[in-house]
Amino acid sequence: MTIHISMKVNGKAVSADVAASTTLVEFIREHLRLTGTHVGCNTAQCGACTVHVDGRAVKSCNMLAAQASGAEVTTIEGLASANGDMHPMQAAFKEHHGLQCGFCTPGMVMSALELKGRFPNATDEQIREALDGNFCRCTGYQNIVKAVKAGLAA
Amino acid sequence: MQAFQLHQPNSVASATQQRAGKDDARFLAGGQSLLAAMRLGLNSASELIDLSKIPGLAGIKVDGNGIVIGAMTRHADVAASADVKRLIPALAALAGSIGDRQVRNMGTIGGSIANADPAADYPAAVLGLGATVQTNKRAIAADDFFKGFYETALAEDELITSVRFPVPTKGAYEKFKNPASRFALVGVFVAQTAGGVRVAVTGAAGSVFRVSAIEAALAGNWSAAAAKAVRVSADGLNSDLHASAEYRAHLITVLAARAVAAS
Repeated sequence: MTIHISMKVNGKAVSADVAASTTLVEFIREHLRLTGTHVGCNTAQCGACTVHVDGRAVKSCNMLAAQASGAEVTTIEGLASANGDMHPMQAAFKEHHGLQCGFCTPGMVMSALELKGRFPNATDEQIREALDGNFCRCTGYQNIVKAVKAGLAA
Repeated sequence: MQAFQLHQPNSVASATQQRAGKDDARFLAGGQSLLAAMRLGLNSASELIDLSKIPGLAGIKVDGNGIVIGAMTRHADVAASADVKRLIPALAALAGSIGDRQVRNMGTIGGSIANADPAADYPAAVLGLGATVQTNKRAIAADDFFKGFYETALAEDELITSVRFPVPTKGAYEKFKNPASRFALVGVFVAQTAGGVRVAVTGAAGSVFRVSAIEAALAGNWSAAAAKAVRVSADGLNSDLHASAEYRAHLITVLAARAVAAS
C-alpha cells in the first residue's frame, strides 16, 4: 500500500507517494537523498538517525514517514549557513575533537541542539543525560561532552 | 519492514471502527516499541491504525484531586509538566527516566500501558498510584487492567483515551536499570494513597504486580527499615541471564526501602 505524505524538510516543502512501511529515515535518505542522517542499528538504540520533528529530537529509524506527515523536519543538512559555514555546534565538534569516524556525529549534533533549547547552560551531567540515546563507538564521550558544552555557549 | 496497510483516522470512533473484527490490526501510538518489534520480526500487523492525527488525545489537566493525562501524551511532556511535577513529582520523575530522550519525545503513556511490557515503567505508576484507565468504552481500575505478560483488560476495539492519577500523600519510584538496555531489571513504586499504601513492582515478573506484604508493613510504619525487613518470595519471579529470581526478590525490598526514603 502506498500513502501520500507531505512535510517540510529543512524549510522546504516536500511530498511523495511512499510505501506505508517507509520509515522517516528511509524517506530522508532514499527519497530526498539527504544522506547526512545515518542508519546505525536500525532498531532505535544507537541514535545515529536522530533528526528534529517539530523541534523534538527523535530516532527517524523508529518512526514512519507517515507519522511525520504535516510536520517540520530538520536534518543535519539544515544546520549550516547558506554560505557553507558550519553551525556553531558543528564547529564545536570539530574544534574539540568530538568525533573520530564521524558516523554518530549527525545524531549527536541534533540531540545537542535540542538540549540547547531546553538547557542552554547545561551541566556535564545534563549533557550526558541528553546524549543517553546516542552511542559513539570510537572515542568515548569526554570530547563529545566538551564539544557540546562549547557548542551550547557559542 | 513487512508491508502493511496504514490508516490515519481523525477520530477515536473511526479508529476503533477500523480495528473492530481484525485480529491482525494494531493501534500505533508513538511506535517506540511496536515499530522496532515489527522490524525485528517480533511482532507483525497487516494493518496499522496511526493515532497521531486524532485531535484531543494528548494533554495534561488537573481534575479535582487528580491529574488526567491524555493517551497520546509523550513521556517528555509528562516529565516536563509543571502540574505533574507539583502534584505527583514521582510520576514526572518516572516519565523522565523512561528510555532515552528521543524515545521520550515519541513514546506515549497510552501506548506504554496498552503494550504492558513486563519491564516498562508506566505500569508501576498506574498500579502503584491506583490510577484509572479511561477507554472509549469504560473506566478500568488499575487493579483490573494488567492481566499478564503483554496482556491487558482491553478489548480488541477498545482504545485508551486518558489515564487519571489521584494525587497521593506520598509517592516515589526507584528502579535498578539493566545497564545495557536501561529497562528496569526491577522497578518499585510506593505510594500513600486515599485507598491505603500501595507498592507496585515492574520488571520482576511477567506483569506488574503489587506486594501486599510490603504494603502491610508500610501501612503500620512508613519507613525504609520496615520495607527492608520484609522477605519477598522468589516464586514466580523472572530468572534470566541478567538476574536470578532470588536476586530480583531481594531488589524488590531494597528498592522499596529506597523509594520510601526518597518519598
